[in-house]
Amino acid sequence: MAIIGRSLTKRFGSFAALDDVSIEVPAGSLTALLGPSGSGKSTLLRVIAGLERPEAGTVELDGVDVSGQAAQKRGVGFVFQHYAAFKHMTVRENVAFGLRVRKRPRDEIRRRVDELLELVQIAGWADNYPAQLSGGQRQRMALARALAVEPKVLLLDEPFGALDARVRKDLRLWLRRLHDEMHVTTIFVTHDQEEAMEIADQIVLMNHGRVEQVGGPRDLYEEPANEFVMSFVGPVNRLGDSFVRPHDLELRNEPNGKTTPGTVERVVHLGFEVRVELVLEDGREAWAQVTREEADELNLTAGGTVFVRPRRTRVFESAN
Amino acid sequence: MHKWVLRFLGLSYLGVLLAAPVGLVFWRTFEHGFGPAWDAVTTPDAKHALTLTVLIAAIVVPANTVFGVICALAIVRRRFPGKGLVNALVDLPLALSPVVVGLAFLLLYSRNGWFGNWLTDHGIQVVFALPGMILVTIFVSLPFVVREVVPVLREIGIEQEQAAATLGASPFQTFRRVTLPAIRWAIGYGVVLTMARSLGEFGAVSVVSGHIVGKTETMTLQVQDRFQAFDYVGAYAGSVVLALLAIGTLLVMSLFKPKEATR
Amino acid sequence: MGLATAYLSLIVLLPLAALVWKAGQGGRTGFWAAVSDPQAVSALKLTLTVSVAVCLINAVMGTIVAWILVRDRFVGQGVVNAIVDLPFALPTIVAGLTLLALYGPNGPVGVNVAFSRAAVLLALLFVTLPFVIRTVQPVLLELDREMEEAAASLGAGPILRFRHVVFPNLFPAILSGVALAFARAIGEFGSVVLISGNLPFKTEVASVFIFGRIESGDPSGAAAVSVVILLISFGVLLGIGALRRWTTRHDRA
Repeated sequence: MAIIGRSLTKRFGSFAALDDVSIEVPAGSLTALLGPSGSGKSTLLRVIAGLERPEAGTVELDGVDVSGQAAQKRGVGFVFQHYAAFKHMTVRENVAFGLRVRKRPRDEIRRRVDELLELVQIAGWADNYPAQLSGGQRQRMALARALAVEPKVLLLDEPFGALDARVRKDLRLWLRRLHDEMHVTTIFVTHDQEEAMEIADQIVLMNHGRVEQVGGPRDLYEEPANEFVMSFVGPVNRLGDSFVRPHDLELRNEPNGKTTPGTVERVVHLGFEVRVELVLEDGREAWAQVTREEADELNLTAGGTVFVRPRRTRVFESAN
Repeated sequence: MHKWVLRFLGLSYLGVLLAAPVGLVFWRTFEHGFGPAWDAVTTPDAKHALTLTVLIAAIVVPANTVFGVICALAIVRRRFPGKGLVNALVDLPLALSPVVVGLAFLLLYSRNGWFGNWLTDHGIQVVFALPGMILVTIFVSLPFVVREVVPVLREIGIEQEQAAATLGASPFQTFRRVTLPAIRWAIGYGVVLTMARSLGEFGAVSVVSGHIVGKTETMTLQVQDRFQAFDYVGAYAGSVVLALLAIGTLLVMSLFKPKEATR
Repeated sequence: MGLATAYLSLIVLLPLAALVWKAGQGGRTGFWAAVSDPQAVSALKLTLTVSVAVCLINAVMGTIVAWILVRDRFVGQGVVNAIVDLPFALPTIVAGLTLLALYGPNGPVGVNVAFSRAAVLLALLFVTLPFVIRTVQPVLLELDREMEEAAASLGAGPILRFRHVVFPNLFPAILSGVALAFARAIGEFGSVVLISGNLPFKTEVASVFIFGRIESGDPSGAAAVSVVILLISFGVLLGIGALRRWTTRHDRA
């Protein structure tokens, strides 16, 4: 089920959360809406779900214009950052809710709920209340609940934002695997670029209510459209008008005609990578990322001189 | 669409039950002009009733405020056996009928009461006199300051007070400089509720006072007495004064009230 | 600390003790005679029935008013929110007088409920108005809107959302408000005394009956009936409290 948003604009008072945003999500894909706080990504998701009404623009689900439809009619599954669990119902009753609303027969509901609880691995907690579950379990329950009504689209609003780092990593991979099994068109919102890069087929990077770039993880990293994209998606050094990734800064002990001299300020060992903080000839600060082996070979010390050559730079047109 | 139905239901309920009756009394009072109403509230008896009512409130409110703060501190910050009981006792006055309250005090302090003999021997008159009225008013307005301060004390937690102690502050200094400012609004709100209750108390005072005109007749008692004596202008006029005090209380309450009662 | 306990005992415990003692002064037979007096029974029955009715009405209307104060937006909302507290601030005798003025024999709208049971109902509705509203409002404010949005995304319309998501979470607060309203209603005196006419066996409520017994010099009879309402009040409050704890069991997981 493909999703198309055209020229969507949404205002809160005088603040434009979405400014003429258009988006295309291919059927069956896993798309990330990525961006800093206030970029409009959650608003876009909610507009697609029908939880917000845009001032302008349309939303199409599988070619059908649903802009006038309320959330309950759109057949979208929605998962909230803070789970939105029905705290007064048991886990089983939570997952069954959508089916009960559609008046499905009792045994069909029971069967389907059991299936889903197995799928999300919380079958043993069926008769407990959400308050008794951990954050990760609650979110899996929320996912099961959304999937119960066989939505055409699955929308997740910072689904792992409220969880610990470790749980977050586990669950995002788990989500990817689930998606590979079920092939439901999925959009998830995140501010964590690592998360987006790790599991999304397509990333829509947003800022200040606009779309900055759309593409696969590799495209955004290697061919960023502007400075914002480049610095959001990975670490970056600004050298005048050019931008260089730290791992693209080559360091040598001897000059070779293409290098610039610099002074080593600090060498930081972070596990397998080594960060070398430098001050260049003209006073600019930069840092390079080298492997342990390279660092050993170069034998760097604080205060020592090193010669720097950017392997790859990017320059962007005019001011951002 | 549902919106309008709910609005209509809610607002008309409030209008029919609250706004209309109160509005009418104002109108009735001044129906024949300001003069008669003014005369009614400036008779010697009326002035006495006003003074008496205010006097009672002036004693009750500070007493219950001090007690309320101490009690709240004890309930929240201290462990002691019977804390649950104390908590329940503080709430008790809210559950008792005012007439029953009056009765209980009669049983204690009237001539045949528990303390009757001791009081007569010492020439102290409690019932049918000011002391009795003060005591019952203290009783019925006891809970308000405590109930407002307790949740706030709970919420601010003990850490700031502990920090003050580590910085060398004595308990009294800590109270004055750290605790008190934090509970100030809760106390204010509690004081306003206590005052409203003291000024408006009727049932308990009715039982304990004997309604002696010019001596133990508070403003509320006077409204009833005048009404029953067919002095409607007098009754309405007294009511308007009390209603104005009530509305004033409401205004002050909405200033103190933890904002956000509507969104 | 000791000061507070002393104050508390003097002011609260002693009177209570005196009451219970006096009620028992006539022995079991005396107590029973006072309590089974036909006039007393009639007063108690009236008080209880009207109080229950008032609680039911408040449960519904109170929730509606709380709803329009929290979920709606209209001109004068702040004023409406403030006047809900009027019954707390207004002396009960004045409340009774205002109701009598509008709905009594000289009322401008031609409605006259004076000296009837409807008068008792009216007066009790007035004084218990704020209770349910004020217990429901904060809960409604705090209610996680996302639960309602989740229900919407799962296909539930506004009525189903209210039934399955909003109401179950409001119910404990409604119960709390009802408990407070009930305790207030069964003891109410000042607002009822003028408008009901206090006709024995017809419109005389328990508190007025007790007052009558005091005036007639029968304090033990008065104390006996007082203890009965105390016990009823206590019992109902405990019951509502238990029900409330049961409906919030999911919070204490």
